[in-house]
Amino acid sequence: MFGNLSDRLVETFKNLRSKGKLSAADIDATLREIRRALLEADVALEVVKTFVGAIRERALGDEVNKALNPAQQVVQIVNEELVQILGGQQRKLTFAKTGPTVIMLAGLQGSGKTTLAGKLAKWLKDQGQTPVLVAADLQRPNAVNQLQVVGERAGVEVFAPEPGNGKGDPVKVSKDAIKFAEKKQFSVVIVDTAGRLGIDEELMSQARDIRKAVDPDEVLFVIDSMIGQDAVNVAKAFEDGVGITGVVLTKLDGDARGGAALSVSSVTGKPIIFASTGEGLDAFEPFYPDRMASRILDMGDILTLIEQAQKQFDDVEAAKMADKIAKNEFTLEDFLEQMQQLKKMGSMKDLLAKLPGAGQMKNQLENFDEKEIDRTEAIIRSMTPVERRQPKVLNGSRRLRIAKGSGTTVTEVNSLVNRFEQAAKMMKTMAKGAMPQMGGAMPGMPNIGGGYVGGGKSKKNDKKKKGSKSGNPAKRAAENLGIVPSQGGSGSSFGL
Amino acid sequence: MGFLFWKKKDKPEEVVTPEVEVPAPKKKLFSKPKPQPKVEPTAVVEPAIEVIPEPVVEVIPEPEKVEVVLPKRSFAKGIKSLFTRVKFDPENLDELEDVLIQADFGVDASEQIVAEVKARAKKSGAETETELKAILAELITENLTRTDRELNLSSGQLPYVVLVVGVNGVGKTTTIGKLAKYLSEAGSNVVIAAADTFRAAAVEQIATWAERSGATLVRPKSEGQDPASVAFEGTEVAIASQADVLIIDTAGRLQNKVDLMNELDKIRRVVEKNCVIAEVLLVIDATTGQNGMVQAKAFAEVAKVTGVALTKLDGTAKGGIVYSIQRELGIPVKLVGVGEGIADFAFFEASEFARGLVS
Repeated sequence: MFGNLSDRLVETFKNLRSKGKLSAADIDATLREIRRALLEADVALEVVKTFVGAIRERALGDEVNKALNPAQQVVQIVNEELVQILGGQQRKLTFAKTGPTVIMLAGLQGSGKTTLAGKLAKWLKDQGQTPVLVAADLQRPNAVNQLQVVGERAGVEVFAPEPGNGKGDPVKVSKDAIKFAEKKQFSVVIVDTAGRLGIDEELMSQARDIRKAVDPDEVLFVIDSMIGQDAVNVAKAFEDGVGITGVVLTKLDGDARGGAALSVSSVTGKPIIFASTGEGLDAFEPFYPDRMASRILDMGDILTLIEQAQKQFDDVEAAKMADKIAKNEFTLEDFLEQMQQLKKMGSMKDLLAKLPGAGQMKNQLENFDEKEIDRTEAIIRSMTPVERRQPKVLNGSRRLRIAKGSGTTVTEVNSLVNRFEQAAKMMKTMAKGAMPQMGGAMPGMPNIGGGYVGGGKSKKNDKKKKGSKSGNPAKRAAENLGIVPSQGGSGSSFGL
Repeated sequence: MGFLFWKKKDKPEEVVTPEVEVPAPKKKLFSKPKPQPKVEPTAVVEPAIEVIPEPVVEVIPEPEKVEVVLPKRSFAKGIKSLFTRVKFDPENLDELEDVLIQADFGVDASEQIVAEVKARAKKSGAETETELKAILAELITENLTRTDRELNLSSGQLPYVVLVVGVNGVGKTTTIGKLAKYLSEAGSNVVIAAADTFRAAAVEQIATWAERSGATLVRPKSEGQDPASVAFEGTEVAIASQADVLIIDTAGRLQNKVDLMNELDKIRRVVEKNCVIAEVLLVIDATTGQNGMVQAKAFAEVAKVTGVALTKLDGTAKGGIVYSIQRELGIPVKLVGVGEGIADFAFFEASEFARGLVS
């Protein structure tokens, strides 16, 4: 049926176009759709109720009646309200004035605390801090071990006096850790605690004891973004049981809409400080309420898309590529490499679905053949190094051989070579000082999507070109717009 | 009523011993009828390493196997009732929808259930809270009752391979530990392949569980080894050691990661070179919201999931998403996890689940 809220609202308003204005009944119909969308995004029911009430009040005011495009207007109101509940501004981590800053992590089992501890440590280290990780999860088999491995990967010291697996007292470990940190002059202490259920009184009181023992500057509540309605109960239990100062949302690289973010913020009133977006130690970002709002409403996430591109096409690679393009040395090998980088960003379909308005071209997206990229890869891999570097040598017999080798047809080989040549030409133009114009890369992206609605084979190729050129310009665009701090490095983008 | 499966026949002493350790089952007996005349115990399985599992059509359990009744376990006490806060009576029947939504049943399923409860209540003239609850329980039970909810451990094609998949942090490793312990206690010879070669210290974690459960562990030879190769080694070890069950642990993966899902597909294909996969269990955390449906769809497509293991039902979450998963995707819930202890699991029983929800 209707994939997202925007689609639904468009549908709801379809019959109203002639009216031009919205009646209270129209608004109620809209609000029902909003309610459903929020519930499907796993926003807790009680939060949805309050929220929809607030929207109704605003929507019945002058705002909507004056609207030229009521659907957009309503979505806008909803979006604004969401951002407000989610905390408006991005909050920074609190550091201690003297002595080591203590950060305690708490949450349910499997919410991702240990992985997060490593990421946080790595990030703090990159900021010039000297963090130490404390293994206070003595419950889960080999949690201590896992933290040690994570610490090693992050290049951070791990304080683990107890072997874990049910042995040792986490409160004592935590207390000793502070002394250890003070003695060794570590600037930040990150305490990884065992996963616990909110209703497990024994473990909650243990968490309170740890808190008393370490007197943390931050108690971060770690919660899985895939969690459903229970988010409110869990958040309340941790807020009442341990007392939290901030929230970290994990596994946001999944496709959950993450309504839990809204539930938790609204129930505890505590800001979400970080989002964890993958298993790699660098997959860790500050939390942006506005982007999360778009995600909950399933309205496309162009900013994240840009950031994703930025991350995958890392700076050094991009610079190298730009250089190659400028010197006219861009080869099919580079093309292949770029395609693989693009693949790393995940499924093409998912990627395109992030573009605003993607909902309307869902059908086209469904028809998109992910294997197209594999076929292109096969063709390039069937070429000799010389052919990859100098596609000009590709005569008929070579092309036939390549087609046979890759299990494709000569036509497909031809079309790839043509596409490559066009792409190379375009990039060359861009490299020759046409870059500033690419500030429009962001508006340009939806165009690529828009082209899709028409379908057709040749359109498909556009996408590939996008992959080969968008990394750098996209970032540039974001920079120009001042959305992302100029350095892609994980450090400075947090604004600390 | 226990749970039946066929295992290879052991010396009788071995089978009887573990009985004492089974924690609080309602029925803790292994009945051992010998259904077929005895034949040489090891005849069929021994030459098997490269052999594709015999394509015999009527694979009725071979004589050398013994029927085992596994003890039944109850998990009803683990579920918190839906009605701790809302009073449930004819006046606020509409609130039932809210209650179901809060249990993660999802909007569609909740609306549908409420409509059905209303219809039935009208028909039978039910008015009291007890009557309405009974109708609700009956409805959920009916909709969740399946004949294929038992683990598929009776085809006779040994070793039974159980592939365990799911997103990160749902409790795959813990579930495997519990299952391995349970099956070993019933006298089967269990091999675990530690094919989560990705997460830090995952192998050590499963090793601890293997030790606790008395299962043989197949470890990766090097860090970051291709998980499919570990799984394959698992099949070789299981066949060579004539194990009854091979459980393969996989790394947690989010369903929208194409590469990781392809990796899972590869594991499945590689394992099938040596064995028939008896079960692909998708582990779902009871706290999971509507994304659980997306998870189930994606994993069903790639890994051909045959059953769901619902974990962490001992918390405040109700796990209502499995209702939709089972109803819409036709994947039965088979196991339920209710705690971190090695004995904290049970086999799914629709009526218990329903009763737990409404009690």
